[in-house]
Amino acid sequence: MKTILPLLKRIAYSLMLLLAVIVLNFVLVHLAPGDAVTAMVGDMGGATPELIAELRVEYGLDQNLPTQLFKYIAKMVRGDLGISFTHNLPVIDLILEHLPATILLVMTAFFMAILIGTVLGIIAAQRPNSLFNHLITVISLSGYAAPVFWTGLMLLISFSYYFPIFPSFGMETVGFRGTFLEKTFDVLKHLVLPAVTLASIYVAVYSRLARASMLDVLGSDYIRTARSKGLSEKVVVYKHALKNALLPVVTMAGLQFAQLIAGAVVVETVFSWPGIGQLAFNSILRRDQPLLLGILFLSTIMVVVTNLITDFTYRILDPRIK
Amino acid sequence: MRQEPLLQVKGLCVEFATRKGNVQVLNHLDLHLDPGEALGIVGESGCGKSMMALSIMRLIPAPPGNISAGQILLNNSDLLQLNEKQMQDVRGNEISMIFQEPMTSLNPVFSIGMQVSENIRRHQSATRAVAREKTIQMLKAVGIPVPELRIKQYPHELSGGMRQRVMIAMALSCQPSVLIADEPTTALDVTIQAQIFDLLKQIQQDMNTSIILITHDMSVIAEFADRVAVMYAGSKVEEGLVRDIIDNPHHPYTQGLIRCVPFLKKDPGTEREELNEIPGVVPDMRLIGSECSFAPRCRYVMDHCHEKKPPEVQIGKKHHAFCWYLEEGK
Repeated sequence: MKTILPLLKRIAYSLMLLLAVIVLNFVLVHLAPGDAVTAMVGDMGGATPELIAELRVEYGLDQNLPTQLFKYIAKMVRGDLGISFTHNLPVIDLILEHLPATILLVMTAFFMAILIGTVLGIIAAQRPNSLFNHLITVISLSGYAAPVFWTGLMLLISFSYYFPIFPSFGMETVGFRGTFLEKTFDVLKHLVLPAVTLASIYVAVYSRLARASMLDVLGSDYIRTARSKGLSEKVVVYKHALKNALLPVVTMAGLQFAQLIAGAVVVETVFSWPGIGQLAFNSILRRDQPLLLGILFLSTIMVVVTNLITDFTYRILDPRIK
Repeated sequence: MRQEPLLQVKGLCVEFATRKGNVQVLNHLDLHLDPGEALGIVGESGCGKSMMALSIMRLIPAPPGNISAGQILLNNSDLLQLNEKQMQDVRGNEISMIFQEPMTSLNPVFSIGMQVSENIRRHQSATRAVAREKTIQMLKAVGIPVPELRIKQYPHELSGGMRQRVMIAMALSCQPSVLIADEPTTALDVTIQAQIFDLLKQIQQDMNTSIILITHDMSVIAEFADRVAVMYAGSKVEEGLVRDIIDNPHHPYTQGLIRCVPFLKKDPGTEREELNEIPGVVPDMRLIGSECSFAPRCRYVMDHCHEKKPPEVQIGKKHHAFCWYLEEGK
């Protein structure tokens, strides 16, 4: 009961937040000039006003904004995200088709960044003035400072052109046939460059954060107590200090997840990764409002869920939060 | 029959590297602790008393700290000759320490029970269940009510006094022969202070543990210790039995310290008595050379106080001080 109640409360808050985001997205998307019909007519090279009016009626764009919004939400409650104007397919099908690729990419980059960043930070904290520490600082800050698309292109040129270790685009080799294991390995090979590119921005953040937080914790009184018990340096650092030093890292991870999804749009474009990032990019160009809104809705859910997970990870790590 | 001291500190020198060169924070310090004894170390902030405690535990942050000379003998074996692994077996097992800040000395993310039993499991080959049993016993011994429930709690759920009791339970869980208490009650209320000292006294008798009590408070020393060493600027200035020091202080600094202890009177009257103080401040440790470090603040200062380290003057059987003025007056 003690843990269920706050969980339910948080979920209720999250649902309200979700609704607010839906309304906000809807309004923002419709504030942009032009709609799907304008884009279509542009592609057709012009049309008569009658045809334009007819198309607007067909797509339900002739009604006023509040009515459209109301209808949209009413449909959404029933799990219907509408039909994409450009693909003529249900939005939900399009998203579900592209979502696994994005989740794979984002999650890999997410854990790669946290793991590598934290480990580097902890090692650096134990030798704050060593050459290794400065090396970590320089490398991770370069990754942080460089634009994602540049890092991506450089990695492409290096590891796909000069040293053709990894494939340059897509998620699978076209026409690849093999066992499940071979297919998995094929996908993993395609995953390396995009994931490293996406993670490169965040490794710096986590390594600096973990280093600072670890240094802070190592100077605290309870670490002195742990040493005075005769515990080995390993136990002192990796048990007593680490659990405390991880708290800021977890907070940061929750906050950064949203940015990671945004970063995925760029990385997916550079590496032709068939995820929702690419889908979103195209839906903006084509003014495909149902699709764009669907994607935004889904990203919101992902961010809200991550924040929930962060919250509860925090509770496990720190008994003071109850 | 003369008893062998349990712990002896001989000619201990500790330096700290700073940007402006090395600072000597402990200067040829000699101390000894007999079995079952309570030794008080008293002095102002920055006189090196905590450094002495951390040196005995070999927990001085190095760098910048460095034990540059001396010996620390526990049962006649030199702790400074041990490697880190061997020293870890001594810490928390033969010598334990409790600290000034009970609020921050316990790890906030681990339960009380885990933190106490960790010490037991580190030094004794005890199973989880045995260590748990021992932990409950220890917590009961330091006066924590319902220890069976407390072991599951976290430090933030306990008051300062309770946390210090947990620290004491942890420190004593392996029956160390020496307990170093570094200002154990400074952060606590006066009433809790008395309770903690009662507890330490009882433990000292029950477990035959020798205690080094570090404090800046002369009244605490009078209450608790058998013998006392007065420290000033990294050196010992006077040492003796508590009665001798309090009734008959010889070193000008000790005299000043004792005059500074305010006492409560039943009828303070209308006239408020002025509190005593020792004029001047603790000297800059970087500037201490081969003179008496107390000379700038001493009311009996003489010419050669500024030139040479003061000699040891024997006052009673167990009472001696380091002072030129006393040497002249013999």
